[in-house]
Amino acid sequence: MEGLKIVFEGNNFLRLLSGLWVTIRIALISIGFSLILGSLLGAAMRMKSKAVRAVCRAYLEIVRIMPQLVWLFIVFFGIVRTLGINLSGETSAIIVFTIWGTAEMGDLIRGGFESVPVHQYESSTSLGLTKFQAYIYVIFPQAIRLLIPNIINLSTRMIKTTALVSLIGVTEVLKVGKQIIDANRFEAPNAALWVYGTIFVMYFAVCFPLSMLSTAIEKKQKKLSA
Amino acid sequence: MDLTFITQHYPLYVKAAVLTVVTGTIGIVLSAIVGLICALTRYYKIPVLRTITVIYTELSRNTPLIVQLFFLYFGLPKAGIVLSSEACGIIGLTFLGGSYMSESILSGFQSIKKAQIESAESLGLTRGQIMRYVVFPRAAAAAMPAVSANIIFLLKETSVFSAVALADLMYIAKDLIGMYSSTTESLLMLVIAYLIIILPISLLCSVLERRLRRGGA
Repeated sequence: MEGLKIVFEGNNFLRLLSGLWVTIRIALISIGFSLILGSLLGAAMRMKSKAVRAVCRAYLEIVRIMPQLVWLFIVFFGIVRTLGINLSGETSAIIVFTIWGTAEMGDLIRGGFESVPVHQYESSTSLGLTKFQAYIYVIFPQAIRLLIPNIINLSTRMIKTTALVSLIGVTEVLKVGKQIIDANRFEAPNAALWVYGTIFVMYFAVCFPLSMLSTAIEKKQKKLSA
Repeated sequence: MDLTFITQHYPLYVKAAVLTVVTGTIGIVLSAIVGLICALTRYYKIPVLRTITVIYTELSRNTPLIVQLFFLYFGLPKAGIVLSSEACGIIGLTFLGGSYMSESILSGFQSIKKAQIESAESLGLTRGQIMRYVVFPRAAAAAMPAVSANIIFLLKETSVFSAVALADLMYIAKDLIGMYSSTTESLLMLVIAYLIIILPISLLCSVLERRLRRGGA
């Protein structure tokens, strides 16, 4: 049990929490950007121009085909090399998760736009709204409401995936955990079990309520529409 | 771009790609089995097992694979359970994939209308026969798109295995970048290797899906 004591000794638990915050902050910033850019992408995917749609489609497929970790490597190691810009791990992560999040969010929002009945588009046109106004005031608010559960799910996915940033050298919760384990190697040889167990529980404590929330909203929406 | 570097080092990638595919395939097959068992316990509402399944599903879906792997690889040995990198990777992937598969398969089962089962019963089919001839083929068709999305998702997740010292594609790429600082070449080979693995499967899945949609619905 001395391993469990280590977790709560001194400010260790606080350090773990601030490590967790590092990844969650990356996730939140990326989710914010993805929502904005994803809405634009979603709208672009419904344009009449075949070329625009093809470009969007290609973007989506290219982003999706590679594991996120590969993208992290490409940006973190590759950009530094080819462009000579020195990006911190955190910045690279935000770039990668925004690119990925935009693709996923865009696809969700496109689906949302499609689920809004045609007469809504037609009525807004007949009211004299421009296309832009129709999207902003009529279509988007309706689409986004239906999408809230999916957006929450994507957000949990992004929070989980940001755990990968420890592999490009960002000092987040797994790294802090390792520091704590290493510092107490002799006093608490079994610390690894408890520290990684604690991190497991921490992630669960963050993601589980979000999953529950999205399921609850989904159920409510189903009831309302039924 | 240094082509000789690529020709010199590509065998490393081939070896790593094979490892990725083998561990990935084993993990995915085991995930499907775990997922099927979980889906069945939830579909037939088997008392105690069902609760365990629900707890497992929530635990597995709400934690990142890398944290699960760290616990398996660095944590468990302190409790006397020592696993190899390969075993950790496969167990971790199965732990993660099992819940995703179970959700997809369960929704396949749930898509079958009650009337279908009742009709089968009235035709005098036994429970086993209903399962074999009515429920299973339709559920498989309905679950197929979600299951194939899971397969691709899990294949991509194998990239995390490098974190527990499994010499997969990511591991080799990182090694080469570290040793020779041949970043462009190493990353290029990494991307190509993943494309060769994932692209055909992704295409196959979309073809299958299209065919099912045409034939099934």
